[in-house]
Amino acid sequence: MAHGPQSGFSRWLYTTNHKDIGSMYLWFSFAMFLLGGCMALVIRAELFEPGLQIVQPEFFNQMTTMHGLIMVFGAVMPAFVGLANWMIPMMIGAPDMALPRMNNWSFWILPFAFAMLASTLFMDGGAPNFGWTFYAPLSTEYAPPSTTFFIFSIHIMGASSIMGAINIIATILNMRAPGMTLMKMPLFVWTWLITAYLLIAVMPVLAGVVTMMLMDIHFGTSFFSAAGGGDPVLFQHVFWFFGHPEVYIMILPAFGIVSAIIPTFARKPLFGYSSMVYATASIAFLSFIVWAHHMFTVGMPIAGELFFMYATMLIAVPTGVKVFNWVTTMFRGSMTFETPMLFAIAFVILFTIGGFSGLMLAIAPADFQYHDTYFVVAHFHYVLVPGAIFSITAGVYYWLPKWTGNMYNETMGKVHFWLAFIGLNVTFFPMHFVGLAGMPRRIPDYALQFADFNQIASVGAFLFGAAQLVFLFNVVRTVMGGRKATDKVWDNPEGLEWTVPSPAPYHTFSTPPAVR
Amino acid sequence: MRLSENAKLTTKLLALAGSMLVFAIFIMPPLYDAFCEITGLNGKTGSRYEAVPAAVNTDRLVKVQFVANFNGNMPWAFKPSVVSMKVHPGEPVDTVFLATNPTGRDMVGQAIPSLVPFKAAEYFHKTECFCFNQQALKAGESAELPLRFIVDPDLPPGVNTITLSYTLFDVTEKFTRNLDNNNADSEREG
Repeated sequence: MAHGPQSGFSRWLYTTNHKDIGSMYLWFSFAMFLLGGCMALVIRAELFEPGLQIVQPEFFNQMTTMHGLIMVFGAVMPAFVGLANWMIPMMIGAPDMALPRMNNWSFWILPFAFAMLASTLFMDGGAPNFGWTFYAPLSTEYAPPSTTFFIFSIHIMGASSIMGAINIIATILNMRAPGMTLMKMPLFVWTWLITAYLLIAVMPVLAGVVTMMLMDIHFGTSFFSAAGGGDPVLFQHVFWFFGHPEVYIMILPAFGIVSAIIPTFARKPLFGYSSMVYATASIAFLSFIVWAHHMFTVGMPIAGELFFMYATMLIAVPTGVKVFNWVTTMFRGSMTFETPMLFAIAFVILFTIGGFSGLMLAIAPADFQYHDTYFVVAHFHYVLVPGAIFSITAGVYYWLPKWTGNMYNETMGKVHFWLAFIGLNVTFFPMHFVGLAGMPRRIPDYALQFADFNQIASVGAFLFGAAQLVFLFNVVRTVMGGRKATDKVWDNPEGLEWTVPSPAPYHTFSTPPAVR
Repeated sequence: MRLSENAKLTTKLLALAGSMLVFAIFIMPPLYDAFCEITGLNGKTGSRYEAVPAAVNTDRLVKVQFVANFNGNMPWAFKPSVVSMKVHPGEPVDTVFLATNPTGRDMVGQAIPSLVPFKAAEYFHKTECFCFNQQALKAGESAELPLRFIVDPDLPPGVNTITLSYTLFDVTEKFTRNLDNNNADSEREG
């Protein structure tokens, strides 16, 4: 039975096809990436010079808050879910996701969640202005009225993520082709399986913490209000019990993508496959017992400081295993440097830098100086931008020929890479210096001695932003046409996704493939 | 066949998600309170203590300091009558805090205690404290707020100074709202 996509808009509204839904997730994520990026540029434009030039402090605070929320929940997470939708069925030889209608639902509630979140910018009192971590009582007693809309949008995003995660677990556990044992699965599938469990475990905690905020604001409870017998520090514990696993939700799938790309362009099988699986599982486990390293300065007993310090440092061990494996995969490989590989190598190097500044922050006594400075901003942007964003970009370049059947423009891809690489480092490296010198984060104005490094960072931010337009242009041009890609696309890549034609037909693996 | 496997797995995963929500809202806050009570973390002192006869250790003197803070823009005047005193472990001590409402409106305040060092929190017993209730002061009214405490003779040897701090919160809005609700309830019942 010939069964193609419907025509017109209803194709996208009613689709249960994993490829359609994957594409929608990716486009949605890119739109949010540009929106969050524009907010970052407002921040950097204001910080170009000391003093207030462009925006008022109230609006500046809304920009830092919305930038964080949109990038975390709107750009990075949906992009990974989009890649999972596209690739996991094709990687494990399944015809589609296990729960295709829920898949449609989990995507289509997202635009509403973010429309609601973005609409707070136009409300009386403005958008949420308390930072993306929305610490109580800033987000309860002192919050703008729009906070209620923020809470509901978080609820919807959480529901979407949980449904997406359930779908991914059901697909991986129930839909693998015969012969595809767990330890034969590509690492992207493995990392997503573990990530999906993390999502199911912690997104309800996020929903819980915003629900408690809602009750404190509207129903007279005092979970986080000291005046009523509650404790604002409880907020931080609950939030970071969600927040730290969330950090790994944003990085584990990236590990999977890079573990797919590096072997292809090094022309060697991945070094230490099973150690990669165990390292991923260890990182996921450790993520649940390190949350209080975000709050060393709240006044914990020394035993607590020490426990969370050592547990945090322990994460460097499985992460080090991974970096070692990637480097060893490249060692003596016959490497070529196509765009996906450039992004993957930059990932390994820059993510390691971010990991090292993380180790510095893990040292509890030193953290008292670094806490809430630009050093923290530099650290998490070094893990998230080259970590999550670069790996997603690498994945898009790597699989785009399979999706569209056309090769992207390699020169333009390299231009994108170098602009992004230089822009990123120019933006975020100076933040280490101003942070160590004491510049606090989330301020619209700063002391004069930080001016030079801030100017450099702002220039880099606009360069990085411009690079993304090259990316958009390149992707749109590839979707429209271009040199035809072969079925294998690359030089002997590994994986079932390369056994289907390019572009991948609307339905793949209607009969399960034979897995050796 | 496949569908039912998916349905089973989905049910299990949804149950996991639901139990994590329950964990976050109904288990983590009480767990945190219990943890703080056991460890003295955050300097939270316990609720009303029933005095038990204990030998007063006259060989030992412990310095107790009192601090008063304000939350937000709380306009009251609020201070300890004595800033610092030396007490023998085991003896009941009385002191007062002085509060004045200088504004032109009736207000309700709530004092929240915090004690350092944390490890002394479980050895500092209050048999009577204004912090157990809200304090209502009419416009311009002043009051002496009583505090009666006993330092436990088992106080660890290293602790020679205990600092008890009260932060005064303005709970007028919350308290009058509850009051109104109660009135509304009783009217409905009546």
